[in-house]
Amino acid sequence: MSRKVTRRDLLAGAAGAIGAATLAPAGQRVHAQDTTKSPGGPASALGARSRHEPLARGRVTSLSSRTPLQDLHGMITPSDVHFERHHGGVPAIDPDDYRLLIHGLVERPTMLTLAELKRFPATSRICFLECSGNYPTGAGPETRPELVCGMTATTEWTGVSLATLFREVGARSDATWFLAEGQDAAVMTRSVPMEKAWDDALIAYAQNGEALRPSQGYPARLLLPGWEGNSNVKWLRRLELADQPFMTREETSKYTDPLADGTARQFSFVFDARSIITSPAYPDVVEPGWIELRGIAWSGRGTIAQVDVSTDGGRTWQAAQLQEPVLRQAHTRFRHLWRWDGSETEIMSRATDDTGYVQPTRAALRAVRGRRARGYHLNPITAWRIQPNGQVYYREEPPWDA
Amino acid sequence: MGRVTLTGTFAARMVVAVFASGVAGFLLAAPAGAQNVGGGAEQGAPPQFGFGRAATAEEIAAWDIDVTPDGTGLPEGEGTAASGAPVYARQCAVCHGASGEGSIADRLVGYTPETTPPFGPRYEEWRGDGPDVPYSVGNYWPYATTLFDYIRRAMPSNAPGTLEADQVYGLVAWILAENGLIAADETMNATTLPAVEMPARDIFVPQER
Repeated sequence: MSRKVTRRDLLAGAAGAIGAATLAPAGQRVHAQDTTKSPGGPASALGARSRHEPLARGRVTSLSSRTPLQDLHGMITPSDVHFERHHGGVPAIDPDDYRLLIHGLVERPTMLTLAELKRFPATSRICFLECSGNYPTGAGPETRPELVCGMTATTEWTGVSLATLFREVGARSDATWFLAEGQDAAVMTRSVPMEKAWDDALIAYAQNGEALRPSQGYPARLLLPGWEGNSNVKWLRRLELADQPFMTREETSKYTDPLADGTARQFSFVFDARSIITSPAYPDVVEPGWIELRGIAWSGRGTIAQVDVSTDGGRTWQAAQLQEPVLRQAHTRFRHLWRWDGSETEIMSRATDDTGYVQPTRAALRAVRGRRARGYHLNPITAWRIQPNGQVYYREEPPWDA
Repeated sequence: MGRVTLTGTFAARMVVAVFASGVAGFLLAAPAGAQNVGGGAEQGAPPQFGFGRAATAEEIAAWDIDVTPDGTGLPEGEGTAASGAPVYARQCAVCHGASGEGSIADRLVGYTPETTPPFGPRYEEWRGDGPDVPYSVGNYWPYATTLFDYIRRAMPSNAPGTLEADQVYGLVAWILAENGLIAADETMNATTLPAVEMPARDIFVPQER
């Protein structure tokens, strides 16, 4: 072996390129690669991904990017591929300059530094976070899972219970709503019922065990388990307690749902149950024989109780296996073994949560939401069409307003 | 919430508003009958940790920019469609279109059916075989005050928070007048803006939780 081992080789994990291949007598390789005959790369400060396993958020625009659901295997979303949706860009906040103001209907209007926030008793919560607009109206057959509903992610969030902070400042009994405001260029504001604060809301400063990523609200954000992403205000700088909602733009002309009956649903915080098969999916090509259908299910209402899978276009359904732990308001993995006979069919999944809510078909959802739905809070069953040649396609839906 | 225009159900917020205005100084005491609420305290936790410090009136006033439907938070100043038009042309038209018809940013101006929001059974009857009416400020914004709040905090998106109060009042007046919701010469200020009747005012119902 004459070639010098370079740092680049080691960092790239390309040890096989420098190891001796095991040669058969005729000079042909029995095994393509033998990494056991020379030391591998050294330890490092940060663990990089294998160069064979690139992972990246999909459809990156200046305003958003998507979690590559089809490339993931677990319930926790790696922090660097958590979807993004910003309204005024990602602010660069110096943690030493960070302040959180709590005022309004409180006994003691209070200013907190980041260090002070971290002194309060900490608590952690594993839950999903999902963008309110997570449905691909008008998607064609060549649509990957990340483009169907990639604006959802599950994370272990750590921070301070909002109830702890509201007790600290002396929240008054006549406070029924609070305003959460960010320090991004949109100065994002949403009104949140006080019940959520007393129930399970957090001010989160950590994400999967480390400080929040800037794109997730560093150094601190509001976290409302199971509630629409937009209300989980990032880069949080102000909480104002009041006796009614503030009627901000994001809770009136945006993030509301026109309904078929002529009313518009407002404060649609809680996500209904949803699921999607993430494998196989477009652009996979499958072979006849055994296939494990894999996917995720989640509900803002509670815990996933059951996921049913159909491999015959929705005519019959079988209960899929749920991967433990099954946590409240968190992505839940499901799997189902299926033997494909090679004929054209459609596969789909349907989630049921512990409130008895069943994920609707697109037709059922449209009957309630009407022809002029605005793309928020849509959770219909997603189907994949498998052609006889094994090519998997997203099953197109008719135009929403048809 | 620097200006005090409080009546009715917003009376409870007066303490806050007066405090933020700086007029009455430090009015921190809660009214009689107020008490702390909430559950979930961990066993052994003290009633208070004593972390953080009292926020000053100046600090609160600097950040407290929200405007609510009864007009609380609206600053002094005024504007008309005529005063807002040049501001709109300079600051807004590039994204929202010369006439508010929408471009890379939202549509602001649109035909408003007089008898129905732009969806639902009455709308479908009104529309017949005609084209759809776009969503706009005129038919889907329930409160005129939200326009002031949003424009002041977040617009224009390349330089948010830089418009003067008179400019914001002018822009709000221009948008409302173009939608036919106020007269072309009507002045918008802290008194007149909350009184503007928005067609979408009563279509919203809260989600049951």
